[in-house]
Amino acid sequence: MADTAAPMEAGIETVDRPGLLQRLFFHNLPAKIAALPMVATVLVVFVGCTIWTVYYSFTNSKLLPTGKFVGFDQYERLFATSRWNVSVWNLVLYGSMSLVFTLVIGFLLAVLIDQKIRFESAFRTIMLYPFALSFIVTGLVWQWIMNPTLGLQGTLRNLGWTNFSFDWIANPRMVLFAMLIAGLWHGTGFCMVLMLAGLRGVDDEVWKAARVDGIPTWRTYISIVIPMMRGVLITAIVILGSGVVRLYDLVVALTNGGPGISSEVPAKYVFNYMFSGGNIGQGLAAATMMLLTVLIIMVPWAYLEFGGKGKRT
Amino acid sequence: MKKFAVVAAMATALLGSTSAFAVDLEVTHWWTSAGEAAAIAEFAKVFEAETGNTWVDSALAGSGTGANPVIISRIIGGDPMGATQMNTGRDAEELIQAGLIRDLTDVVADMDIDSFYVDQSLLEPCRYEGGLYCLPINIHSWDWLWLSTKAYEKIGQPVPTNWDEYVASWPALEEAGILPFGLATGWPFSGIPGVLMSGLGGSDLVLAINRDKDAEAVRGPEFRKVAVALDELRKVISPETMVPSFGDVGTQLLEGTAAGNIHGDWLQGDLQVAGGVPGKDYECLPALGLGDQLTGGGDSFYFPVLPEGTDPAVIEAQNQLARILISPEAQLKFNLVKGSMPIRTDIDLSAANPCMQKALGLLKNGLLPSGDFALSSDTQQQTQDLNTEFLADDSITVDDYIERYASIIESAD
Repeated sequence: MADTAAPMEAGIETVDRPGLLQRLFFHNLPAKIAALPMVATVLVVFVGCTIWTVYYSFTNSKLLPTGKFVGFDQYERLFATSRWNVSVWNLVLYGSMSLVFTLVIGFLLAVLIDQKIRFESAFRTIMLYPFALSFIVTGLVWQWIMNPTLGLQGTLRNLGWTNFSFDWIANPRMVLFAMLIAGLWHGTGFCMVLMLAGLRGVDDEVWKAARVDGIPTWRTYISIVIPMMRGVLITAIVILGSGVVRLYDLVVALTNGGPGISSEVPAKYVFNYMFSGGNIGQGLAAATMMLLTVLIIMVPWAYLEFGGKGKRT
Repeated sequence: MKKFAVVAAMATALLGSTSAFAVDLEVTHWWTSAGEAAAIAEFAKVFEAETGNTWVDSALAGSGTGANPVIISRIIGGDPMGATQMNTGRDAEELIQAGLIRDLTDVVADMDIDSFYVDQSLLEPCRYEGGLYCLPINIHSWDWLWLSTKAYEKIGQPVPTNWDEYVASWPALEEAGILPFGLATGWPFSGIPGVLMSGLGGSDLVLAINRDKDAEAVRGPEFRKVAVALDELRKVISPETMVPSFGDVGTQLLEGTAAGNIHGDWLQGDLQVAGGVPGKDYECLPALGLGDQLTGGGDSFYFPVLPEGTDPAVIEAQNQLARILISPEAQLKFNLVKGSMPIRTDIDLSAANPCMQKALGLLKNGLLPSGDFALSSDTQQQTQDLNTEFLADDSITVDDYIERYASIIESAD
């Protein structure tokens, strides 16, 4: 970042000087040519498609994007739909729980593994393994485990523990926690590896100094190590957060939105209405709302992080 | 992939000597259950035997909700297949309007299709501005109540002959530890309200709601009966007892662990593959044993417009397939296995089993337009969402259900 920022600032300062155009287009020409495909991709795919999405969310397009402009009709219908409202609420609940638990458990696991234990790489592999599976596989596996008649509950009841009960997946009030179990199983290993990298990045001298000062280990972690890991934490939050917003495949494989509509998520609503419902306008309105949510969270954070005096950690 | 196949076929055609080469025709469909797969294989056999071309079978999982989007996006995305199955109805309306589907008028011109289609309303969704864009190949109806003979033997009661008797038997079934109503997770529930609507509400109600989109009919007393029945039904269904697919419900019925199920006639294909004999292992009650008309939809074949430069032999293969699908021979073989009703009755159906014979009897009274048939997929998705929610959430009362259903019908297009 710093490397690219410096020449740009220099360019702004030299607005009146001759040769600006030349400098803008021909300075370090190979680098600019090399960046062109990515610039084009960003403009066409990200910016272009986003504008397209937002535009067609204001039309009454059905199967094909050909509809007439209808203002906020699609949005009015969207927020009058209980399935959408349940979806949003589910995402908020699942997202916050999943972020907190993944970070905390991931960090604790990383700390445990960082205690110079034996077979460290074996443990690391075991913990990271679930991340190598797709969400579809994860969802199916946990669907079988948690299925009340075929899975854990059924097995233990057949073994004689007749009042054992674990029917979260079939219980509208608990199904989000069932999803959380599967999500955590899948994601904590990855978070742990990120955190471990962060922990390894903390200089041994820091630890020695803390030990000399007689600071207890837990205190060193909380007051010194965690603040030093800010970069890793932010990376982890961004990766986990984007995983939460686009949550789709896990739900489809695990519960398919059920029981009833109690585990529906926004991405599934978008997909259903765009494709099987044949109502692109409605699907795009929902997609636009998802984008808006992300922006509401990201913009203030990005402003704090990259704005101001350009202070970077 | 398809393009490669076409290019490969063209290359062989160009390089080859004088004789015409067999071409590959990719056919997409979502007939993946045991009975359905056996049925589509009958079409493939006839097609390959009569034309010498190759039927490239692209079965897609996920039925109407999973496979239909794939099919539609392939056609829109410029990667059309040679032919595809879709439900008869309004799913392909916009594809036809956009000129992505072939007009078959000339292909079947000499077959005089008007004379043998059992109900002209079947062809309605296929017609657009004087052209004919699809060929219905069977009639499917959701309106079947399937009952397990074994389950009723266990409780020592006669097998019910209509919906009311069936509901009355639920307490005895539950006492004996038998599931009164077997149900698979996901889409199978979506068809049930429509069945109750035609069976309990009657033909007029179905026409008023599905065809005329009359919200007042939804608020009327006839529809209330339907909602109340649905309310009773959800009391004996719990997510814990649901099975993964509708074929498993068939197994439950044959085993006698579940007493009944409302499901479309395609369940029968699976019951037969599993060795069930109608009248002995299971009973079937069309229109819940109450009505005298079936709501019908079914499946149609569409032939997408192939990209320019396609080998004419492939287009010829499309024509051949179109004619074969509605030919008496293929119709008979296919429908006997599928358990659906053929679109033409000028063929010898004495080989059909007792359930199909019952259906053929009702067919004479004409078909009612089912929801699949008359409502847009957007409206179907909304009613499906509502039904799913109602099933699982007891806090939604019958009145709420009726009001929300009415508002969906009000905004239906």
